[in-house]
Amino acid sequence: MPAEPPVESPTSLAQAFELLGDDGWRPIAGGTDLMVQITGELAPPPERILDLWQLDELRGIKLDNGWLVLGALTTYTEIRGAELCHQHLPALVDAAATIGAAQIQNRGTLGGNIANASPAGDTLPVLLATDAQIVLGSAAGERAVAAASFWTGYRQTARRPDELVLRVAIPLPRGRHVRFRKVGTRRAQAISKVVICLSWREDAGVWRDVRVGLGSVAATPIRATQTERVLEGAAARRETADHAAATIAAEIHPIDDVRSTAEYRRVVTARILHRLLREAGGW
Amino acid sequence: MTVTTRPPRVAPRPEAPVAPVRAPDVGDLGVGLARSFPLRREGPAKLNGTAMYTDDLVFPGAWYGQTIRSSEPHARLLGIELDPAFDWSKVVVVTARDIPGDNYVSLLTDDQPILVTDEIRHHSEPVCLLAASDRQTLREAKHRIRLLTEPLPAVFDPLEATQEFAHFALAKGDIEAGLAEAELVIEGTYRVGHQEQLYIENNAMIAVPRPDGGVTIHGSMQCPYYIHKALKRALRLSDAQAVVIQAETGGGFGGKEEYPSIIAIHAALLAQRLGKPVRMIYDRHEDLAATTKRHPAIVTHRTGVMRDGRLVAQDIEVVMDGGAYCTLTPVVLSRGTLHAGGPYACPNVRIRGRAVATNTPPNGAFRGFGAPQTEFAAEMQVNRIAETLGMSPLELRRRWVYRLGDETPSGQILRESVAGEEVLERAAEAAEFERTRVQTGRVRTDRLAGSGSVARSSDVLSSASQKVARGIGMALGWHGAGFTGSGEVKLASVASLELSSDGRLRVLTGSTEMGQGTKTIFPQLAAEQLGLPESSIEMAPQDTSIVPDSGPTVASRTAMVVGGLVIQAAARMRALVEDSTGRPFADSYLEYATEHDGLRIDQQFEPYPNVNFDDETYRGDAYPAYGWACAVAEVEVDLDTGETQVRSVVSADDIGKAIHPVLAEGQVEGGTLQGVGYATIEEIKLVDGRYLNDRLATYLIPTSLDAPRIEAILVESPFSGAPHGAKGVGELPMDMPAAAVVAAIHDATGVWIHDLPATPERVLAALHGIPPPPLPGISTISARSTEPAPSAQDAGTPEEALDPRPDAETDPQPLRGPQP
Amino acid sequence: MTYRFNVNGDDVALDVPGMRRLLDALREDLGLTGTKEGCGEGECGACSVLVDGEVVDSCLVPVCQVDGREVLTVEGLAPQGGMDILQQAFLERGGAQCGICTPGMLMAARAYVDHGGAPVDEDIREAIAGNLCRCTGYTKIIEAIAAATTTGRT
Repeated sequence: MPAEPPVESPTSLAQAFELLGDDGWRPIAGGTDLMVQITGELAPPPERILDLWQLDELRGIKLDNGWLVLGALTTYTEIRGAELCHQHLPALVDAAATIGAAQIQNRGTLGGNIANASPAGDTLPVLLATDAQIVLGSAAGERAVAAASFWTGYRQTARRPDELVLRVAIPLPRGRHVRFRKVGTRRAQAISKVVICLSWREDAGVWRDVRVGLGSVAATPIRATQTERVLEGAAARRETADHAAATIAAEIHPIDDVRSTAEYRRVVTARILHRLLREAGGW
Repeated sequence: MTVTTRPPRVAPRPEAPVAPVRAPDVGDLGVGLARSFPLRREGPAKLNGTAMYTDDLVFPGAWYGQTIRSSEPHARLLGIELDPAFDWSKVVVVTARDIPGDNYVSLLTDDQPILVTDEIRHHSEPVCLLAASDRQTLREAKHRIRLLTEPLPAVFDPLEATQEFAHFALAKGDIEAGLAEAELVIEGTYRVGHQEQLYIENNAMIAVPRPDGGVTIHGSMQCPYYIHKALKRALRLSDAQAVVIQAETGGGFGGKEEYPSIIAIHAALLAQRLGKPVRMIYDRHEDLAATTKRHPAIVTHRTGVMRDGRLVAQDIEVVMDGGAYCTLTPVVLSRGTLHAGGPYACPNVRIRGRAVATNTPPNGAFRGFGAPQTEFAAEMQVNRIAETLGMSPLELRRRWVYRLGDETPSGQILRESVAGEEVLERAAEAAEFERTRVQTGRVRTDRLAGSGSVARSSDVLSSASQKVARGIGMALGWHGAGFTGSGEVKLASVASLELSSDGRLRVLTGSTEMGQGTKTIFPQLAAEQLGLPESSIEMAPQDTSIVPDSGPTVASRTAMVVGGLVIQAAARMRALVEDSTGRPFADSYLEYATEHDGLRIDQQFEPYPNVNFDDETYRGDAYPAYGWACAVAEVEVDLDTGETQVRSVVSADDIGKAIHPVLAEGQVEGGTLQGVGYATIEEIKLVDGRYLNDRLATYLIPTSLDAPRIEAILVESPFSGAPHGAKGVGELPMDMPAAAVVAAIHDATGVWIHDLPATPERVLAALHGIPPPPLPGISTISARSTEPAPSAQDAGTPEEALDPRPDAETDPQPLRGPQP
Repeated sequence: MTYRFNVNGDDVALDVPGMRRLLDALREDLGLTGTKEGCGEGECGACSVLVDGEVVDSCLVPVCQVDGREVLTVEGLAPQGGMDILQQAFLERGGAQCGICTPGMLMAARAYVDHGGAPVDEDIREAIAGNLCRCTGYTKIIEAIAAATTTGRT
């Protein structure tokens, strides 16, 4: 029986914001990350816990003005079952399907994945690659932070202590392609060794607005901006793929850890990118 | 798991047909295999949640116990400091000084202390014990203890270790002459790392003080009488004062063979001091960090063959890492050495094995017990030699496999029950080995010809036109049944059958149920002898105050040896009653029971006839009989990432007699998957002698999506020394799947992986020449540990570039307690 | 604070800390020890229960989040002394060996069957991918679940 810090379960966002006016609150959504941290005694338990589970205002998936909007408490199961997600962002569905297994997918949330800021968070490269906006809220109001600016350091985010992640808004430009690939440690219940999301728009035979989101190769999820520049304005030919693969291999600096080696991550990231380009180019 | 978003523009690949599980015929369900054999005796309780595992047991007033462990691999223990600011009156503290008896865990050698006195020899070694009435207090107290230590140099590489636990040598013929005569000598070095048993129920013990001054132990265990013996010595208890009762046990696989004695003693020490029951229920992290694992090994082969395929010489060296203390290492090494040549007839053999100490947690029993390690190496050699000679791996084995009358390296003539050929043919046929191998070989040849056999450096970063490669591989294994040599004679096991005066029949044995089916087959065997329905035979609880010592539930001996005793006891009882009443047992036993006030038959093991082994010279009949098995594995390798998916394994196993086919298949299926995990994802890395994979998020066993389709084929080549012909089934299936998987990876990719597990990192390194990961089984050393030990460590220093905890930058090492 | 929810058809009221794990509330406060702890980190699934029909790891669910919900554990699968189709199939096909993963496995299987799961190997494997078994190799578990779905249909 692990530590049991005090908890409050507000029934409205307004109530939650008011509580967050004081210090020391640690929000909990589905608990799939936070409960493990408490049980595992990784650090002294949080002083007090803010239970978000009753905040229905944080639920729901909808289309809003050409953007796909998902509430922070959207679970991976809900993403996998949402027609809107299948239609407009199947890569997010693919990412959700690789997380844990049924039990975790029923409880793990998109907002949790975002706020937990693990470098291995599987949805995060998708958010980076699609220019998602993370909407934060507090008693002072709402503000949107671009995914590219959201993860600021190892397990650190732009979220202030009095804020909550409310929702994610993902633009849906016409003609955009998004591809997701995760290399896990096994076929389920697996933390990624490498996770990549590639998106682009095709324009007269060349790629535009290229985004490469990566996880598990740095202290935060990152964009491979040098690689994006190589692909921007290029066609998905063999030479481009070779150049992009070499660029990404040089651009990232992964580490050795319990799951894998720096060299493996570097090489496999490049190989997968090369494969995605091969598949897109049809050669 | 690898998921690719399917690009809508590319023509969609045809969906693989969904594979329906064969829906049972109406005749199957309910009238299928299971119904001709008894249903699992304790099955309903396990299925409806009423089975009582240790942590389910309630003892009012029980306190909670905790072990304080070392955080260094080798150090002098200078003192144990209790924070004076903490109220210690609410906590019981036990140190080595508080042990009434000998501060040794009784097993083979007196070297492992129950609690450290002055020298810490491995990370997570138990130093002192705490008990408190609630877990919050215990949690706080744990952080208020500091171990004062002085680091000592640590040894991690078994090839550099100087302390030896055991060595064995086998010799047959003339090895030098054999190697000289050989037309080809193929060399190979193979390394296997640790493997964790990963029973899903963690180790757990509850100690309850007795009015007679003794202790009753309730716990998760395989061997109540091992605990009984160790407890008596540590606490100076009589036979009657030390009572050990097995609770429902959620898996063992050897991991609960010897280790539970330590926990039982720990709990008992606290309970005796306190005068109340004490619960020591390990959490997964502690269980992973502190308990025994499979011995890592380095096995070197030099095999001499003729170009026509004849085997002429095997020169084999085995080095096993025992960890810091002896535990069962000599016996593990013994079995590993005896099996190291594989199931093959060879005229000139030299096998030398040694096991050494390193400053890592002691290794211990795990299903296979030395054989999976050495048989992996043996089968790798056979498969590599087949490749070198351009022969089929099946054909080569057909030529080499033992036949009736052949002689083993210990000089044993295999006089009966030899089924290596049969399992080889059955598995190969069921898996369509040759036909598949031709297909995969063709694809591999085309691919390698297209790309050139030497990988260009530019290839490292690029994909190839083929993404996935299929391969098939095989391995053949053997497993000596029961204890080695005179082990069974020394055990002198007893099983009893009792008819009470009110007519109830029950089997009394110390053999435990841990899922393999002891409680189902013993009543079945007795009932068959007595001519009664199986439901009329009860099983006495595994309580040392009630049942005799039937020897440990290990070594695949339960059905074979103890089952044999049950049959013999039943046969004797039947004869006795029928002689007395003149009527069949079934008709007359109730009357007999009333008239004679019951009856008890104790059956003790008698040596198998004509089985002779010299423990000194290691010559003779090492085992009364051998089981034989062949595994054929099919894999798919992702050529971009090196990931291997094992798609199917066929395992044909000769177990002498399938007493209960459903249970026997269950052993084959479970053992096969453990072998698959051993080959692929069950990896343990160490830093400074500490396991990095110390949580379930980082020590990985196969999920249902990782698991292959497994086809178990039971073969029966009975052993005449056992009344039912059974030779054991628990471990045999574990001995060869790993080599079959690695052979399949080679068939798919063209590369041989010599080290287990064959992780994607190793596969990619072999394919493209990138630096491979560190060697398995050997601890690396962190940069921090090479600095002089500071007297006050910075609590916030992160582990350099290592994250042993999912997504964590630092390892908090909760077992250590607070940072000063 | 008192949390009120339904367990196996019975309403319960527990005055316990809100961050108590549902697993501990079930095992210790309610004495329902059928649900097991294998890892405490949501990896093994031995603690699986259904909350409003969805399978979850009860070691990761704080009691405050099941307030007002329906919880189903292994003890609630069948009326006392009986066995449901899944349990019966496991018994007949050897789906349980040591039994420690079995309660959680049954709950994951129950959710699969209740959601209309078909006797398809890959789908069943995915449904129980969050439940580790060390004894069986999963073979007979999958056969049992498939048999239960088929039987359930006829």
